[in-house]
Amino acid sequence: MKYFVCVKQVPDTSGKVAVKADGTMDRASMATIINPDDLNAVEAALTLKEANPEAKVIVITMGPPPAVSMLRELLAMGADEAVLISGREFGGSDTFATSQIVAAGIHHIGLESDDIIFCGRQAIDGDTAQVGPQIAEKLDIPQVSYAADIRQEGNKLTVKRMLEDGYMTIEVRTPCLVTCIKELNTPRYMTVKGILECDKKPYTVFDYETLKDEPLIEPDTIGLKGSPTNVYKSFSPPVKGAGIMLEGSGKEAVSKLFATLAEKHII
Amino acid sequence: MILSEKHQMMQKLFRQFAETEFTDELLDRLEETGEFDWDIHNKMAKYGMMGVKIPVEYGGQGGDSLAYALMVEEFARVSPVLSIYANTSNSLGAGPLLYCGNEEQKQKYVVPVAKGEKILVFGLTEPGAGSDAGGTLTTAVQDGDYFVLNGRKTFISGAPFADYAVIYAKTDPTQKGSKGISMFIVDMKLPGVSCGKPEAKMGIKGYPTSDIILDDVRVHKSDLLGPLHKGFATAMKTLDGGRLGMAAQALGIAQGCLDESVKYAKERKQFGKPIASFQAISFMLADMATEIEAARQLIYSTAVRKDAGDPESSRLCAMCKLFAAEMCNRVAYKAVQIHGGYGYIKEYKVERFYRDARITSIYEGTSQVQQMVISGNLLK
Amino acid sequence: MSAFVNTDPKDFHGVWVFCEQRGGELMTTDFELLSEGRKLADDLGVELCGLLLGDNVEPLARQLGGYGADRVYVCQHPLLKDYTTDAYSKVVCDIVMEKKPEIVLIGATNIGRDLGPRCAARLHTGLTADCTHLDVDVAKYKEFLKTTSTLDVEGMKWDMEDKGLKMTRPAFGGHLMATIICPRFRPQMSTVRPGVMKCAPYDEAKAAACKVELCPVELGEQDLRTRVTEVVKQAKAAVALSGAEVVVSVGFGISKDVKPGLELAEQLAAALGGVVGSSRACVDAGWISADHQVGQTGKTVRPRIYIALGISGAIQHKAGMQDSECIIAVNTNADAPIFEVADYGICGDLFQVVPLMLEELGVK
Repeated sequence: MKYFVCVKQVPDTSGKVAVKADGTMDRASMATIINPDDLNAVEAALTLKEANPEAKVIVITMGPPPAVSMLRELLAMGADEAVLISGREFGGSDTFATSQIVAAGIHHIGLESDDIIFCGRQAIDGDTAQVGPQIAEKLDIPQVSYAADIRQEGNKLTVKRMLEDGYMTIEVRTPCLVTCIKELNTPRYMTVKGILECDKKPYTVFDYETLKDEPLIEPDTIGLKGSPTNVYKSFSPPVKGAGIMLEGSGKEAVSKLFATLAEKHII
Repeated sequence: MILSEKHQMMQKLFRQFAETEFTDELLDRLEETGEFDWDIHNKMAKYGMMGVKIPVEYGGQGGDSLAYALMVEEFARVSPVLSIYANTSNSLGAGPLLYCGNEEQKQKYVVPVAKGEKILVFGLTEPGAGSDAGGTLTTAVQDGDYFVLNGRKTFISGAPFADYAVIYAKTDPTQKGSKGISMFIVDMKLPGVSCGKPEAKMGIKGYPTSDIILDDVRVHKSDLLGPLHKGFATAMKTLDGGRLGMAAQALGIAQGCLDESVKYAKERKQFGKPIASFQAISFMLADMATEIEAARQLIYSTAVRKDAGDPESSRLCAMCKLFAAEMCNRVAYKAVQIHGGYGYIKEYKVERFYRDARITSIYEGTSQVQQMVISGNLLK
Repeated sequence: MSAFVNTDPKDFHGVWVFCEQRGGELMTTDFELLSEGRKLADDLGVELCGLLLGDNVEPLARQLGGYGADRVYVCQHPLLKDYTTDAYSKVVCDIVMEKKPEIVLIGATNIGRDLGPRCAARLHTGLTADCTHLDVDVAKYKEFLKTTSTLDVEGMKWDMEDKGLKMTRPAFGGHLMATIICPRFRPQMSTVRPGVMKCAPYDEAKAAACKVELCPVELGEQDLRTRVTEVVKQAKAAVALSGAEVVVSVGFGISKDVKPGLELAEQLAAALGGVVGSSRACVDAGWISADHQVGQTGKTVRPRIYIALGISGAIQHKAGMQDSECIIAVNTNADAPIFEVADYGICGDLFQVVPLMLEELGVK
């Protein structure tokens, strides 16, 4: 039994974000973090593993070599193995091509009938929420997205799938893919012991050579060339013109505000 | 000194833990009630914080002194009092047992302490004997398989809720000074053990401190720690490690003061400008940052040298404690000064840091005692 | 599937909107998307079609015409009653492969964002997530850029004949806007953020003229690999933030006295007939539930009046509210970024200012 967890290292968009003159993101100048929803996915796998100790938790990511620092942290949290998919041929992939490659990586390790793939709902850099479902499609397995609760009994999963106005309870059998939201759990921390031992756990790099014979890997389905979508233009969002700052904060200011609002038929 | 990747990961872990778990609500509660918070203790325990520096075979995490210093620093940066929660077990608590306990004692006491299931405190100080351990009046008299302990320990951090205490008692009244002292592990539930009323302290609220009173307490000889009459040397060795931790706490408090001051100096406007743009303020910040960094380098390198068995480490630990504690007080003073009136009210974090900083040059050996250790070492 | 050739744009015609229904009720998003799709279809000179899946949903179809659909394809089947990824993606892909639309728009709801990627992957085409602006006409796109960006629009080279779909969306937590195209494959697919596109007024005549076409559905139990055992509408209805006319949001400024702070916001919202929103800080602190959150990771709102109380205005928050018609901000910090987007600002303590506002509104 394997729990795959697909993770992504992302720029920390909560802090200062640097935009280059050409309108693209200056990624080099930004701190990187583990995508928050992905941590919920990792926690989901580690929690289920507590009840199924024979299961192996494999974290898998696609990205440049520095992504290994994130994988180490996940091993220190308790994941059993880590896989980094990295190669020039994979660069510039959109969600379609990315899911193709990650699915190929999972297929290369081997997807068995009692395996589950966990993903975060979406990554904070792109906010697309597309890679999870697309991996499921490429591997031809069922998916349940927006999971707020997951229970496993043998090869049956019961998932609370959130909607904007409520939820659905969904039953699904393994192998399947689940995308996780932050309401699902609180991710655990690393431990010092985990940090000291993380290098002893298996860590593998898949490059193009490793995956090139996978049926999902074709030159026209991966990387920039294999991506159906392209960026046409990018730009910084507009800032609205300066408004009116009222004098003081007392009764007078508030009265003046409401008078203006009434005048403009806003209230 | 550049931290190794593992130590960087640990620093990140401790920082994340402190910033996430040490909520303002929790800190206010500790301050108001002064009571020990079991929830946060249990959470720290769950992640192995109580045994960061304790070997894996005794239930700990197997980290080194630097890992421990990083933890105390990062915790103190957010909450000085909570840095003590995870400190005691790693230093004064398990220290004497790891130095000279036998295997049975280590299994029985260190394992639950490392896991945070039991709390072990350090009972050295007495009303008439602080750093001058030679003035110890507590006595232990052998009676068959038991020792009968009588006396009073004072300012014992954690005593009111402790499960065990390491108690120093005079076993050979014929020997003078620090000689003839032995160590005992005392179960706090034994008949004759009681605690005084928790002290009302200036700071570090939320970790009660009280006296331990020993009235004909019968301790089994299997709980004698280390060789009879030779406990004082172990106490000194334990204090070395403790001093490093207390230096890290002072460092963390100072860093917390600096963080708050930088933030405030950028926000607060006077004469139409952020006060950070005035040299009177910005130079204070520069001095604070420089002193903090000097202390950090001294502490980190001492941690590494201590683990490597450097014979100088006793002196270095005293230097860390002396420098960091004094530095911390200077920095806290400036932090309040930069905040002006706001630094004097409880709404701002530096008010609490300022009071908490004060203890760092007092407990586990005052700055003057550290000076004695250092100069004694120099002049011998 | 391999028989589906989607690389020749000439074979693909028409703009489609996937019209989501839940429990036999259409979603507001459907009307927003149809209104927007209408404009695209007009620019292209093609038909706008609604695609409606469900069980016994035919009676809902005409209503979609009232918001702009020329034609509605209805796929009815008992197995389509509740949304399942497998059934819906099969039916949508089957009909897309048969009818070949050039554009497919899907609401970026929790269901749309489950269905969209799955279909795009199967159809081997691109999908752009959570779009906030769409264009096919280059001239209109240029106008859009002129008003929303600092790019030197006239200094750039443009292919004015290009009729490809230009899908604009925020990225990197709203720090950057990106326009995405899908030049080589059809259909061009996009999920569209709810609450962003303006809904056109309902047109009775258009509804009557709408052609409703029932389509055969090939679906069996064996196609479904998940089983929906219950669908629960949360009793505590999610805050109807998206459609609210007035939103009063609270931020970390209530931290010094959380409960009374929230109560003040509730009173003000009630007095103005609005709802209470929140910044992420309050949600993270656990003071208010996540369904109140406005911003990049929360909801996007464009109310008539948005009142920000004690919200500093982190870029993530601004991303969710800066299109509001009138923004009023109250903050103790005169330099808070929220004032950059505010139409009216008061530098003061919300605990003092809000009671004065309530007084103005005649609330004690």
